[in-house]
Amino acid sequence: MSDASPHAQNSPLLEVKNLSTSFRTEHGVVHAVDDVSFVLDRGKTLGVVGESGSGKTVLARSIMGLLPKRNVIREGHVLYEGEDVISYNEKQMSKVWGAEMAMVFQDPMTSLNPVMKIGKQITESLRHHLGVDKDEANATATALLRQVGIPEPERRLSEYPHQLSGGMRQRVTIAIALACGPKVLFADEPTTALDVTVQAQILDLLDDLQRDRHMAMILVSHDLGVVASRTDEIMVMYGGKVVEQASTSELFGNVRMPYTEALLRSIPRIEDPSHTRLEAIPGRPPNLLSPPTGCNFAPRCRYVQERCLVEEPPLESENGHAWRCWYPVGTDSKREALARNLAPGVPIGIPAPGSMSSVGDR
Amino acid sequence: MAGSGTAHLRDASAAILRAENLVVEFPLGSTGLKVHAVSDVSLDLLPGETLGLVGESGSGKSTTARALMQMPTPNSGSVFLEQKNLTELSGSDLRELRPQMQMIFQDPISSLNPRRKVTDIVAEPLKIWKRGTTVEQYELVDRVLESVGIDPEGARSRRPSEFSGGQCQRICIARSLMLEPKLLICDEPVSALDVSVQAQILNLLQDLKEQHGLTMLFIAHDLAVVKNVSDRVAVMYLGKLCEVGDPDALYSTPAHPYTKTLLDSIPHPDPDAPKGDFAGLSGEIPSPVAPPSGCRFRTRCPNAQELCEQVEPVMTAVGEDHYVACHFPLLGTPVTL
Amino acid sequence: MPAPSPDNAGRPAADSVFAASGDIATEVTRIADGDARDLDALRKLDPDQIDGARPKKRLGLFFWFAAGFFILVVVLAITAPWLPIKNPAKIVGRPRIAPNSQFWFGTDALGRDIFCRVIWGARASLAVGFLSILFGGVVGTAVGVAAGYLRGKTETVLMVAMDVLLSFPALLLALAIVNFTDSKTILTVSIALGLVAVAPTARLVRANALIYGQKDFVLAARLLGANHVRILRREILPNIVPPLLSFSIIAIAVAMVAEGGLSFLGLSIDAASTATWGNMIVSGKPALENGAPWISLIPSAVLFLTVLALNFSGDRIREYTDVKEG
Repeated sequence: MSDASPHAQNSPLLEVKNLSTSFRTEHGVVHAVDDVSFVLDRGKTLGVVGESGSGKTVLARSIMGLLPKRNVIREGHVLYEGEDVISYNEKQMSKVWGAEMAMVFQDPMTSLNPVMKIGKQITESLRHHLGVDKDEANATATALLRQVGIPEPERRLSEYPHQLSGGMRQRVTIAIALACGPKVLFADEPTTALDVTVQAQILDLLDDLQRDRHMAMILVSHDLGVVASRTDEIMVMYGGKVVEQASTSELFGNVRMPYTEALLRSIPRIEDPSHTRLEAIPGRPPNLLSPPTGCNFAPRCRYVQERCLVEEPPLESENGHAWRCWYPVGTDSKREALARNLAPGVPIGIPAPGSMSSVGDR
Repeated sequence: MAGSGTAHLRDASAAILRAENLVVEFPLGSTGLKVHAVSDVSLDLLPGETLGLVGESGSGKSTTARALMQMPTPNSGSVFLEQKNLTELSGSDLRELRPQMQMIFQDPISSLNPRRKVTDIVAEPLKIWKRGTTVEQYELVDRVLESVGIDPEGARSRRPSEFSGGQCQRICIARSLMLEPKLLICDEPVSALDVSVQAQILNLLQDLKEQHGLTMLFIAHDLAVVKNVSDRVAVMYLGKLCEVGDPDALYSTPAHPYTKTLLDSIPHPDPDAPKGDFAGLSGEIPSPVAPPSGCRFRTRCPNAQELCEQVEPVMTAVGEDHYVACHFPLLGTPVTL
Repeated sequence: MPAPSPDNAGRPAADSVFAASGDIATEVTRIADGDARDLDALRKLDPDQIDGARPKKRLGLFFWFAAGFFILVVVLAITAPWLPIKNPAKIVGRPRIAPNSQFWFGTDALGRDIFCRVIWGARASLAVGFLSILFGGVVGTAVGVAAGYLRGKTETVLMVAMDVLLSFPALLLALAIVNFTDSKTILTVSIALGLVAVAPTARLVRANALIYGQKDFVLAARLLGANHVRILRREILPNIVPPLLSFSIIAIAVAMVAEGGLSFLGLSIDAASTATWGNMIVSGKPALENGAPWISLIPSAVLFLTVLALNFSGDRIREYTDVKEG
């Protein structure tokens, strides 16, 4: 990395170029992440939104080089401060982990070692990476715990994870992730396992820490609500592909991808009156072993046309807003497409929005 | 000691299910201490109504559901199913009533025996109660599976592991409907499902409720989901009910500080949503082993006074079909939704 | 004090003891493991469609070899009285004839035909193997299910009893029983060895009954009004049988070897009345150095191959019948 430092100032903190990750399985190759590119600057937050199987978690782990070597194919570039780390071996990566990139996981109970004291879990990586002595490591650990809002940090150092509540455990995993002062923090569904009031606390904490440390963050979530208020840019993933990518305000203000639109419409909203009929998305996410030809979302899309079932749309981009659709939302062609589908005697088996629930997710 | 009150309960003769002063306590190992999981909770359901029970983990909402089902029997209090007190029934009399109340669970995969064929799983209720001939049983299974959106043909030779989570939840729903229950208790039925599948299941439940005239108790931690399905909402905190009322009123003008905190904590899928004056909830949920005296929320409540420590608040009406258990209810402070 | 959540009260905490560590390096191995699960998740994405592409599970050629060998041994053992083979107790030739075309496996120190003794010996050895595990399995399952499903005091009492049983050295226990009953028949030896198998079986069954007893499908069945017998039969036992079966197959093999061990101590089935592989191996011991090693080695080899075949086919069957949960 020392060679790269001269241009480190000019290059963005993290740049991912055409990253693809595939798994070889006994049933064939699964393209879990397909041709993903983005740029992340210091202090910025990128939200990655998708359902289970959309590839969002694999993407995060792929960038960090946390996937096993066996049966995993990674292609493309991961430029960290201008240096391509994709070819790094595990030993080289271990210098990056913790000190440069760190990760907070979904389930704090399984990402903490239940039989190791909290203090030890924090100080271990401090001593490993920074080579500080025991007393200093303990002092740092105490300070970290205080920073992440854990009361009585000195006492907590000698406690075990099970003695803490879920929210407190997640604070500990954040403290561990921050121990060596990473510049990019990957937060993979950091609040999914937590209660809504605790979720708000943890997200606020991440916000504050990010600001204080001028850290970049990649926030992976299935919840559009979580990413809406906490990110600068959002990538919506579906079936391993980025289907929409834009700055947060642009994305929510001007949705182009039918999948994003459908997702926003299908979630119950607190401001809607009780018993508001939900516009469910029929069907279910694509099978990545044999993805549909054409657009991945076409079989579930209310705007679907012949072309969508045959030809795969490219990721089109306009003023920094990219989408993967032949008939983007808000255009005339889309309105026509919908009108055609809603007209009586539609040949394509697309359910009208109202009758969707009875179709089932087969 | 003041209880949480029963002001929110309605005419007992009209209710299909009425629980009065439910208490569930678990011994904590051999320490002699007790986990006060549910403390003096009362609720009722009118025919055809959906009551949403919302709360965070540790609020005792699932324990309440199980106590209603007598699984296990509550330590005290009574549960009336159409005026029959379930807590006083013998094992065999209770068993006779089981078909009238069914339950679906959060984890649809763990709710289905992995070693049985899906049609056998769905036929099991009929086999337990020896209803109809085998042919009739499987005919009904096919019909019900179809009504929940599962292809019966495909279900015949398959086991649950060959279905997705959403499909497994549909199968669970089918099984729960086989005996034509009057009451369906849904314990977090969509929280394990993908966002895009959630709405399908919620709509399905809504449709089935209308078709079968079901009365539902819908338990969830997601306030938006609860609002969507419910005719009445009850908010739980640490084994007690805080607030009960019509969803639109309760969500727009919450009277309990805890309800307001919950509502303020929800992240909105809109970057421009106003953040409000939300300061977040301080501290941790207290241990149910030694819950706070008086009002259980007082240790985290921004408005707590000395009175809250000494006297437990009782359910009182603050509006039409809107009840709150708070000494200092918030009035006329609508939340920014 | 950890704050127990009332929602989960009464349920055991998630057993994530082996899951993780805070250290980044170990985190990586965890993720590597985790991603094996991710792959599974990917596979699960659409089982419907994968099904078509999924190659049918195959048992494989080796399985058929192993199973074939084992079945052959069983069939020969069962049909021994009707097979055109010599009387195993009869002296048919000179002692210690090396294997040849007339005596395929040679003759033993008394001049008896080893081939026919191996077949007759299989009867006793297999009988001891099956009977002992049948006995141990039935008693152990009953104890395990009672402890794991009914819980409470029953569990405490039964499991203490099992712990006591387990703390005896296994062979010593069998030895004591054979000695005590002072009869060395197939039945007593089987019961002795079966008793040794009770405790491990009970522990295995209890562990599984505990796991499955907590599952929501059991609760669902109870809420449907199913009684305990029905729940045990329909919901719990079908999930316990597969691991129990693969355990039993290995246990049968162990029991057959143990019978040989008892023979060595002269505490198994009387060599004078019944041939077993165990006592055949023992009887050949002096001849091992006298230039007639086959007397011991041939029954040893047959025992070894049978046990191997049993273990291998048992493993394959377990994999084959494995049902993915979730």
